This record gives sequence, structure tokens and C-alpha cells, in this order.
Amino acid sequence: MDQSPNFAETDHQAVTFADGLALDCGRRLEKLTVAYRTYGTLNAARSNAVLICHALTGDQYVAEENPVTGKPGWWDRVVGPAKPVDTERFFVICTNVLGGCMGTTGPRSPHDETPALPWGTDFPAVTINDMVRAQKILIDHLGIERLFAVVGGSMGGMQVLAWAAMYPGSVFAAVPIAAAAYHSAQNIAFHEIGRQAIAADPFFYAGRYWSEGVKPERGLAVARMTAHITYVSEAALTRKFGRKLQDAAELSSLGDRFEVESYLQYQGSSFVRRFDANSYLTITRAMDLFDLAAGHNGVLAKAFSGTRTRFLLVSFSSDWLFPTAQTRAIARALNQVAANVSFVEIISDKGHDAFLLDEPDFHRVLAGFLSGCAEHAGL
Amino acid sequence: MDQLTRPRSMRVDLALIASMIAPGSRVLDIGCSDGALIDYLFRMQKCDARGLELDMAAVTQAVTHGLPVMQGDADTDLVTYPDGAFDYVVLSRTLQAVEKPREVLQQMLRIGTHAIVSFPNFGHWRLRLQLLMNGRMPMTKTWHRMWFETPNIHPCTIRDFFALCETDGYRVEEWLAADDEGARAPWRRSRSLANLFGEQGLFLLRKA
Repeated sequence: MDQSPNFAETDHQAVTFADGLALDCGRRLEKLTVAYRTYGTLNAARSNAVLICHALTGDQYVAEENPVTGKPGWWDRVVGPAKPVDTERFFVICTNVLGGCMGTTGPRSPHDETPALPWGTDFPAVTINDMVRAQKILIDHLGIERLFAVVGGSMGGMQVLAWAAMYPGSVFAAVPIAAAAYHSAQNIAFHEIGRQAIAADPFFYAGRYWSEGVKPERGLAVARMTAHITYVSEAALTRKFGRKLQDAAELSSLGDRFEVESYLQYQGSSFVRRFDANSYLTITRAMDLFDLAAGHNGVLAKAFSGTRTRFLLVSFSSDWLFPTAQTRAIARALNQVAANVSFVEIISDKGHDAFLLDEPDFHRVLAGFLSGCAEHAGL
Repeated sequence: MDQLTRPRSMRVDLALIASMIAPGSRVLDIGCSDGALIDYLFRMQKCDARGLELDMAAVTQAVTHGLPVMQGDADTDLVTYPDGAFDYVVLSRTLQAVEKPREVLQQMLRIGTHAIVSFPNFGHWRLRLQLLMNGRMPMTKTWHRMWFETPNIHPCTIRDFFALCETDGYRVEEWLAADDEGARAPWRRSRSLANLFGEQGLFLLRKA
């Protein structure tokens, strides 16, 4: 390949803001593009908007076929007509996060100073709060003063918490799912393995792989494989694969594999086709930096002082990446400011990924909470 | 309470509790089960009513019905609420099942102006008679689990409860004894008669 930078190959619906965005790190993006998708219809009062926040490797294609992978929307079980987030009732917005690789400004976007080339590893460090500020700019642009609800799982749940803390008057209801108010040392450690795997790939070229016409696919795949283990539970892996072998009666040659190995390799290889390594580095770091209490003298409750937002907190019993104890800590912080909190732990053996999967109790709880809030909001 | 305004499904004792709560108040219902009382208080009395419930299945059902209920434990979670967060804190038929009833009561009157407490009365004549005659732990409609499996680890009588209120300095603003179904029993004048014939006690307290 020649020197042509690998800007995003697919066109995404997006809006560009010439004012740019001041970042937590002190640097400034001169130009900010936010890619987004919407579903349903905004009502005349502009009061039925629901913002969905995606997780680390998610994107804005929440409830429709993904144009890059051809797969169904990542949350089409939850968002759609007559689904828990009912697009016949609500106007659903989902943006690609800042630092992402699906159209929003990120490492693959044109560099502010040398627009012919992408940012690559020069892209500034962004935070969850920065991602939320970028979303707020879009929401303002759409003429929406108050979101009826902000909903998201995992890193999406971190964004929900940041929304509720930063713009309490703009969030009627907040639903952080399988999330935490800070990224734990264990979670940072797993991210670091992924980042080291990418950096160790000979095709990484210190982040300038695009100038060489290659991608650090091996490293990114290993990063994904490690991360994927943290998204599932031991029970789920045992149920799915146990100690079964792949196309072999016994492990007689080095090439023979367990089914779980082949599954992980598939997870890794399908991921590298759709994700950018520098985006992965940028976004994992943003998650690591997240500590909502840190900006409030270490007291999480202070992040929510005086809040009138209605909260639904959901955790999953077998999630060891964002365990229930972390959600309970958020519930208790919200109690300290006498906030309106619903909190449910869903019993599931599917681990962290349960929030994306078929969990009828979770879906009923989410639907019921949103209906109850709609009644209180006069929708 | 008027039968017309009470949802058919709500327990009579919950209706009695609702009648003690001023419209528009902030209420926390501890051990709210499926949230029948908070639903009623929101719909009929325009209260900002929330629930705390230990049993996850009940919490899931309540939230599914759009009610603000969080999973939690009276013994450990009340400490997280700020002083005076509620006008009323309700504990119905749960006091006898908590780990530390006295501390729970203290917390209720710290986070709420009023506490409303109902509990099955262990001083009822049928229980006394059974213990006297059989010499074994009584079994009745209300006390129907064997001693080794009952969640009701802190039974008390109506007179016991009056004594605790006095010791800890709580003013009893209103009290009554009721039968199993929650219908008001006519023993309000005499604590001793209420303690003998009332199947449950219901108290409205505030700090003296």
C-alpha cells in the first residue's frame, strides 16, 4: 500500500462542529465530528429523547445492521419497536464515542495540524467526561434541552454516570448497567495486557502502522482475546465449551486445540477487521482514567449532590469485571444524597456480557423503569 | 380506609399505614416487598415514595412495575441515607426479622421525621396459651415456621415495644392493635388488652 492514510472506509452519518472541544488533558481539538444514529421520532416538546451510550468496542449502530460487519445492531434486543427502549415511543440517539473509529473524531481522523494524515498516536488522551461533552454538543445541536433518559452498559454506564454528574438538569432518568464509578486496578491491569500486546506487534510501528499500509492485527487480536475472557464467566465458558476438543478425539499434535481456544481466536480475528488499534489504546485509557469521585474530593456522593435524576442501577451476579459490589457502592452514594434509586442485581451466569444478551428479567426491569419514569415525566 | 380508594390487592394493614401518611410526603418503605404500598402512596396520595427490599425477586418485580425500589438490607443500608431525608419511614411486619431491631429503629428516626412500625404481637393470648399448654414454641397463622427455620429472630410483644420506645425516647403519636387481616381491633384504650388480643401492633413514632 502507498502512503495514503487509512481514514475510516465507511461513510457514517455525522455532524462537524467548527468550535472543536477542550479536553480534560488541557489540549484542544480544533474540529469535532460526532457520528451518530437516531431511531424513532422526536416529539413536539422534544421531551422523549433517550441517549444510548456504547461500550468500549461498540458503536452507534445500536438497532440496525452494522454497515462494517453486516451484523445486527449490538443492542437490538433492547432498542427497537416494542422493545424495552421502545423506538415507537422514544427518540433514541446513539453516538460513536470520542476517540472511536466509526466516524467520530478519533485517532483515525485527520490531524488538526496535518489534515492529510491521521492523528494516530498523536491523538490526545481523552476521558469519559470528554466523551460526554462531545455527546452534549450533539444533543444541544439537535435542540434537546433535557434527555428523558441516558442508558448504557459497561463503559456506556460510566458515561451515564458522568452525564448525571455533569449535566444533572439535562438527565431525567439515568440507567448505568454493569458499570462502576471508577475503573479498578484489576481492570486497568487487563487493559494493560491488551495495550502491551498491541505495542509488541511488529506491525504496530509505534502507532504509525497506517503509514506502512499494515495493521497490528496479531496484537489487537490478543488484546481482544484477553478482554473477552473478562466479559464472560467461568460458568458460561464451562457450559459452552467445557474441555471439548476442536475436531479431534485427543490432543495428539501441537495443532490440536480445545474448542475454547478456537472460539477465542475467532473472537480476536473478527474484531481486528472492524476496530482500529489506536482507538483501542485511546478508549481503554479513557476507561482507566475514569474515577468519578476523584473530582469531588474522593466522595462519590458529592458528584450527585442535589440530583433530581431518577436512577436505575443494574448489575449481573456473575459479572466479575464490574461486580455487583461496585454497583452497590454507587447505590449507597446516591442514598447519601437521598436520590431516587432503583437497584437490581440480575441473576445470570453469563458474566459481564449479560447486558448484551438475552436476559428477560433485565429487559423487563428496564422496560418497567422507563415506563414508570415516563409517567413521572408526563410523557 | 374507604374500600373505594384502596386497591383490591393491597393488604388491609398497608391501608392502615397509608392512612397515617400525609399526602405529598417523602416516604421510604423498608421491606416493601412488591411495592404495593409505595404504588398506592404515589397514585392516591401523590407521595414521593421509595422502597428498600432484601429479596431480589420482589425487587425485580417492583422495578418491573416502574416502582423506585432498591435491593438492600435494613440492617446495613439505612446508615447510608442522610438525616431527615424522609417524612415517614415505614417498616411493616419486618422489625422481628432484622438483625438489630433497636439500631434499625434508631436509623429510621434519624433519616425520617416519623417512623411507622408494624409487627406481629408475640403477646397474643393464643401464643401464650400454646406455650403454657404444650411447652413448645407456638405455631399460628402468623407464626407458622418452626423455630429453627423462622426468619423472625426478634419477636416482641406490644408492651415490649412500648418499653423500648420509652427507653429510647420515642414519642408514640398513634398506635393500634389489629387482627391478622389488619382490621383495627378495639383494644386501643388498654395496652394490656391490646397485648393479649391484638395479633399485630402498629405504631406511629417520632423523636420525643
